[in-house]
Amino acid sequence: MKLHEYQSKFLFRDFGIPIPLGKVATSADEAFAISSDLDGVVVIKAQVHVGGRGKAGGVKVAKNAAEARQYADDILGMDIKGLRVNKVLVDPGADIQQEIYLAITNDRSAGKPLIMASMEGGMDIEELNRQRPEAIVREHVDPFAGLQDYQMTFIASAMGLPRAQWRSFAKILRGLYQCYTESDAELAEINPLVITGEGELLAVDGKVIIDDNALFRQPALVEQRDTSDEPESERLAREAGITYIKLEGQIGCMVNGAGLAMTTMDMTKLYGDADGIGPANFLDIGGGATPEQVAAALRIILSDENVKCVLFNIFGGITRCDEVANGILTAYNEVNPSVPMVIRLQGTNAAEGNSIISEAQIPNLISADTLTEAAQRAVAAVKEQA
Amino acid sequence: MSILIDRSAKVLVQGITGRQGGFHAKLMMEYGTDVVGGVTPGKGGEWFEGKPVFDTMRSAVETTNADVSLVTVPARFAGDAVMEAADAGIRLVICLTEHIPVADMMQVVEFCRQRGTRLIGPNCPGVMTPGQAKVGIIPAMVAMPGNAGVVSKSGTLTYEVGFAMKNAGIGISTIVGIGGDPVIGTTFVEVLEMFENDPETEKVALLGEIGGSAEIVAADYIRNAMTKPVAAFIAGRSAPAGKRMGHAGAIVDGGEGSAEEKIQALEAAGARVAANPEEIPGLLA
Repeated sequence: MKLHEYQSKFLFRDFGIPIPLGKVATSADEAFAISSDLDGVVVIKAQVHVGGRGKAGGVKVAKNAAEARQYADDILGMDIKGLRVNKVLVDPGADIQQEIYLAITNDRSAGKPLIMASMEGGMDIEELNRQRPEAIVREHVDPFAGLQDYQMTFIASAMGLPRAQWRSFAKILRGLYQCYTESDAELAEINPLVITGEGELLAVDGKVIIDDNALFRQPALVEQRDTSDEPESERLAREAGITYIKLEGQIGCMVNGAGLAMTTMDMTKLYGDADGIGPANFLDIGGGATPEQVAAALRIILSDENVKCVLFNIFGGITRCDEVANGILTAYNEVNPSVPMVIRLQGTNAAEGNSIISEAQIPNLISADTLTEAAQRAVAAVKEQA
Repeated sequence: MSILIDRSAKVLVQGITGRQGGFHAKLMMEYGTDVVGGVTPGKGGEWFEGKPVFDTMRSAVETTNADVSLVTVPARFAGDAVMEAADAGIRLVICLTEHIPVADMMQVVEFCRQRGTRLIGPNCPGVMTPGQAKVGIIPAMVAMPGNAGVVSKSGTLTYEVGFAMKNAGIGISTIVGIGGDPVIGTTFVEVLEMFENDPETEKVALLGEIGGSAEIVAADYIRNAMTKPVAAFIAGRSAPAGKRMGHAGAIVDGGEGSAEEKIQALEAAGARVAANPEEIPGLLA
């Protein structure tokens, strides 16, 4: 779960990290009031779950409250990479002498928390990593012992931080590590952490991503979930316990298991790409898929108007094909799809599942034995409609 | 001998009185796996299909001399269950549970490492040595005994490939599902190394997916140290960047972990990479 910039920074503040004293506005008038109170140069920043806001015109510096009102009016309602801006953060302008990058993330290959720090902050860390990987100091933390003082001294000295800032940097890094562990973050990033004209450190921008699997023990963070920019279909799927991601193609895919779901998408593209045909979605129906879940999944797939064919690929392990077949029939009767459906059931109780489907004598239904055959038939079914 | 398990493995099921644990314990016993008992705190002294249930792993191991355990308990208790098994001296822990927080897994993996316990998973289908034993949920029908090793991040994709191999007359020495989570106990490279050293294995199928760099590291190992032929498939060629495809680890981030990058690395290392997983048997024949 991604937090907005303002949520991330307010969370940092709870862990003793200094941030600009800004506030969130949902209207131009509110932005005017906040910037009047702040009195001086302010920055108006779009709050959306996507990178590259600045380039898209979602961050503007205003010299006074009147300008702040104008810029907030421009930015609110703006579309940034398909996401609508509903909130702006109004921050006081900072006197920036130096931009630092500081983040803690899960290093999956080491299986440990990883601190990354650089004096070349401000830019995208992936870009910096490509151009000048040697400019990033990396330090792993023992997951049992936690962050040690000597590690903070090492990071400060290795990155070339002026000695005058070591103490305040250590306090911020300590706070960020605490924030990362106590919030079950996958990423806690300050970029940039700036050195101001007075030599103070200030977290000007922040990004926190929470591990979805740990949300059960983070009730306060769950309350901050902003679903206003989540597509309707993905919200319905999340509520039904199904993983669904909308894509651009024509073949709706319903599959059990994430790896096989991706593979099924790949197969539709492998055989359809030459004709501009590909997957309309990623959908993992999960383990013991119930008829209700299959019906919900089918409704979600068909809510996408681009879908010209639905491909069921079920390899039964825990999932029993006869149960899925019954689920498909229930879903079919409820949803009554007009598009052709290719059904491929293999594995546990596949014979029973296939006979349930064939006895139902559903028109517009195409069966397939193998994954290859299923993908090819789905592609052919889309082509016929072109 | 095969890798990780054979018919001599003595297996405890943690969570044996649960719905999932019980269901799969029975299937494992039907397959011929020597399930010697189970553990459910608070249910010690009960029996499951003629096998004793214990309150703790320590008492279960003392009584049964088990060397392998299968963890089937819910996510918020699973990390604790794995550590309990490691602390009781279990050699091999296989953890099926999905949705375990990464912070928990980082501690669990380190804990197992310190005690010399091999952990497979979490969020994996388990391990099967066809014709001898299976620990986990891999369906019996997907594989027959033979000399090809299979290592995979995914569950149902593994069944798909095992089944295609069986239909093509290719048997399997051992299937290892390592799991699709960001932090796991055993990596591709460690399993490749076991297969390389296993006299029963002559060739290997590797099934990877987008996200992370484990397949790239595996490609390095294949190039530098493997003498046995490897066929591979990488799922997620059609996945867009920045979207998480179900598995917690399956995400292409900032160009890192893409299918193209992994396929190129594997091909450069001499592995034969299939565009369609049903081509794997042909590449292994």
